[in-house]
Amino acid sequence: MSKEKAFEQEFENKIENEIKIEPRDWMPEKYRENLIRQISQHAHSEVVGMLPEANWITRAPSLRRKVALLAKVQDEAGHGLYLYSATETLGARREDTVDDLHEGRAKYSNIFNYPSVTWADIGVIGWLVDGAAIQNQVMLTRTSYGPYSRAMVRICKEESFHQRQGYEIVLHMAKGTPEQKEMAQDALNRWWWPSLMMFGPSDKDSKHSQQSLAWKIKRQGNDELRQEFIDKTVPQAKYAGLTIPDPDLKWNEEKGVHDFGEIDWSEFMNVIKGNGPMNRSRIKARKAAKENGAWVREAATAYHEKKMKRAQQKQSAA
Amino acid sequence: MSKPKSKNEWPLWEVFIRSKAGLSHKHVGSVHAADHEMAIENARDVYTRRSEGISIWVVESNQVHANNPAEKDSLFEPADDKIYRHPTFYEIPDEVGHI
Repeated sequence: MSKEKAFEQEFENKIENEIKIEPRDWMPEKYRENLIRQISQHAHSEVVGMLPEANWITRAPSLRRKVALLAKVQDEAGHGLYLYSATETLGARREDTVDDLHEGRAKYSNIFNYPSVTWADIGVIGWLVDGAAIQNQVMLTRTSYGPYSRAMVRICKEESFHQRQGYEIVLHMAKGTPEQKEMAQDALNRWWWPSLMMFGPSDKDSKHSQQSLAWKIKRQGNDELRQEFIDKTVPQAKYAGLTIPDPDLKWNEEKGVHDFGEIDWSEFMNVIKGNGPMNRSRIKARKAAKENGAWVREAATAYHEKKMKRAQQKQSAA
Repeated sequence: MSKPKSKNEWPLWEVFIRSKAGLSHKHVGSVHAADHEMAIENARDVYTRRSEGISIWVVESNQVHANNPAEKDSLFEPADDKIYRHPTFYEIPDEVGHI
């Protein structure tokens, strides 16, 4: 057996026996590439995901809501950083990863290409968008790559507050004045379908799904995750007295799940290609953050160099 | 991995956190920072937002040396057949009790 073959066999055995792959272990090049693609995309989603929420920090309706939203946005930054850190264990360079996003070579979750137009959106984003993210991320705590799995464990612990603060906002508005309830319903109408699309195309149409499942990078298919999400959120909408904007949605007694309407994948494809309402604005904001922060990074480096030089001079004088 | 660093990219630091007195520092991830002080501050913001730590170590990533995973058999296998290093290897009647 060639050395390469032996390594490959060992890798396959680990995957088979649920032994995590760690950074310096041998891994197929495609496994590495696939992970870098998925984890960096995940990291970009956390970072771009700060933008629709940051939009409402200064206009949060109370101090309680404001501190919660600030903490949530700060968490998203942290989550992005845990994940960028995981990509670096695979040999990706941070700056390249970030530039891939800015130059359009890497994607982020399509959901953030929609605008947050009212305060109710902040509630629905926490409830559904973070809810869908949790659904996906709980599955990813069992991913085969060690650093990704560990980042997911941390993230899941923190996300549950995000989802709860969102649902609390939705519930509060849904039980409020008729105008507030209408705002909550309007937000649900706009976010429901894009939230379902967050799980990605049906497994039969998803080009990465099969290989990712075989390598146990992903542990559940897109359709299964989507179905679980629907089954969990439908009763929550009902509890709040809100209507899910899907006339075909109904409980299927036989299967024990909800049947739901056709997802408009042409919209998904159109938005992912860059034609969503906020695509250009999101990338512009990220690029501006990098460019406007450049002088700070340079100054910090210069300060460090100056300190080093002074320490050296002191040493040679002594 | 061996690509040249761009002029402005801050080095990478590995972060270790002691979650409470009595426990060892444990590796939690990494941060970029211009120097060790900033690395500690960044690690504080990234890894201890919910009181996860009382002490932080940072080590520049390129200062960490590790064994080659391909040589793990020659390094660790010699310990696998030395069952006499474990207390259960020895046969002692139950009534003797243990210390």
